[in-house]
Amino acid sequence: MSDTAKKIPLKNYIKNAYKYRYLMQEIVRKNVKLQYRDSVLGMFWTFLQPLLTTIVLVFIFGTVFGKSNDGVVCYPVYLLIGRLLYEFFTQSTKRAMRSIRNSASVLKKVYVPKYIYPVSNVLSNFVTFAISLLVLVVVMGYFLIKNQMMDVPKYPDLHLSLTAFTCFIPVIILCVLSLGVGLILSVLNVFFKDIEYIYDVICTMLFYATPIMYRLKSLGIEEGAIVGRILKLNPLYSIIEMFRCSVLYCRPFDMNHLIYASVFSVVTLLLGVLIFYKNQDKFILHI
Amino acid sequence: MAKPAIEVKDVSILFNLNSEKVDNIKEYFIKLITHRLNYNEFWALEDISFTVNKGERLGILGFNGAGKSTLLKTVAGVLKPTKGSVKVHGVIAPLLELGAGFDMNYSGKENIFLYGATMGYSRKFIESKYDEIVEFSELEKFIDVPLKNYSSGMKARLGFAIATAVDPEVLILDEVLSVGDAKFRIKSENKVKSMFDKGVTVLFVSHNTPQVRRLCDKAIILKQGKIIAQGEVNEVCDIYDEMVNGK
Repeated sequence: MSDTAKKIPLKNYIKNAYKYRYLMQEIVRKNVKLQYRDSVLGMFWTFLQPLLTTIVLVFIFGTVFGKSNDGVVCYPVYLLIGRLLYEFFTQSTKRAMRSIRNSASVLKKVYVPKYIYPVSNVLSNFVTFAISLLVLVVVMGYFLIKNQMMDVPKYPDLHLSLTAFTCFIPVIILCVLSLGVGLILSVLNVFFKDIEYIYDVICTMLFYATPIMYRLKSLGIEEGAIVGRILKLNPLYSIIEMFRCSVLYCRPFDMNHLIYASVFSVVTLLLGVLIFYKNQDKFILHI
Repeated sequence: MAKPAIEVKDVSILFNLNSEKVDNIKEYFIKLITHRLNYNEFWALEDISFTVNKGERLGILGFNGAGKSTLLKTVAGVLKPTKGSVKVHGVIAPLLELGAGFDMNYSGKENIFLYGATMGYSRKFIESKYDEIVEFSELEKFIDVPLKNYSSGMKARLGFAIATAVDPEVLILDEVLSVGDAKFRIKSENKVKSMFDKGVTVLFVSHNTPQVRRLCDKAIILKQGKIIAQGEVNEVCDIYDEMVNGK
């Protein structure tokens, strides 16, 4: 089977991808349009949902982790950044995971490049993520204005700086990571449906294992302790910290984070492409 | 005339009955340990070879489970042959089963573009065909209604209208001409016939030999994955009718 696949030169692949770019566009458009259709507030939920959940989390965990501004600068913003990036990662990978199975009726009847489904699901989630970033702008603006109005500002270290423009770098790395993980999960899900439930558990674990609502330092883990090292292996940690560096801490990236996250994400993507490519001809027998 | 549109050469397809059913880890390991994973292989198609020239219409006959759908899927590029090769020259438009390729929450109008893109056509191209599609499907009033509120006949009409409006070079008809009411059936048969004049190549699967005689000029009969008869449509249909009556 793979023999015939190997004979297809790379040029044909590019030609094919170019031909089906319309399908990619249509699916992204469809996912974005359908997500909030039939809801009264529609697209507005893209802003409202992260805002409201963040308010809940700030309300509950703010008393524990947000007592001092030390290393957090502004706890609500700190939490919002973590949550937005985490939500993008988990939502896009979850949807990519289910995409092949959900498109079974099409894949069984028409030839379509199969990677279009996981990839377009990550892309459509990226679109909603990009829109939801406006919430961050609004929340930061709110606290900046509030600072101005008070004699003793509550968040003295919160300010805007030019480093904020570098925040696209962690976002790109996160996209690459989500694509890679999404491709791998979509293949696994074709063969073992159990992965959907397992991944749900993993995502919950990830929410607590990633410093989204707490600071790694505030856990009271000693420098170099094994738990801390394990938590730092999580690429989401590096990516979220990088984003916070550019927007919140206003300082250049930690080179270790940049290198680790980039390498991890690119390797994951390559692995995902390889696994997908090797298995895509077998999908049809299982979906 | 002698330009081939579809070349199927020595195609065989092996299905593995057991592994198709394993879709959870527990079952997989049980089967792995008991060495029952690669059992029950069976050839859905064996050494199938035929050529369809441009403008020819091939009818594919056979009883249920003979491998007709498997053959169409192979030609459409959905299934990769285990052995042999399939070459198709030109754009294929498969007529999907009812509802496949559509999104039920999308309106009829939006689905036209989605379906078109699934076949590899641009939004612009579909826009140029849009009026023709809506008119042929007779769904002007319902085009902005979500597809989940359509009847199955309406969905079939929409699907048929899209697949035939784009002027494909190869048309795959898998028993679709039997959908819709009698009026639409005649209309769609006429539409297919008008496409013949434009030189479209057709693969037509049906149990209805009169219809095959009307629409096709060549035919093959499949039985248990093998071609048992091949040739001019009337001769082959006679053989098939005998097979049916003999049973």
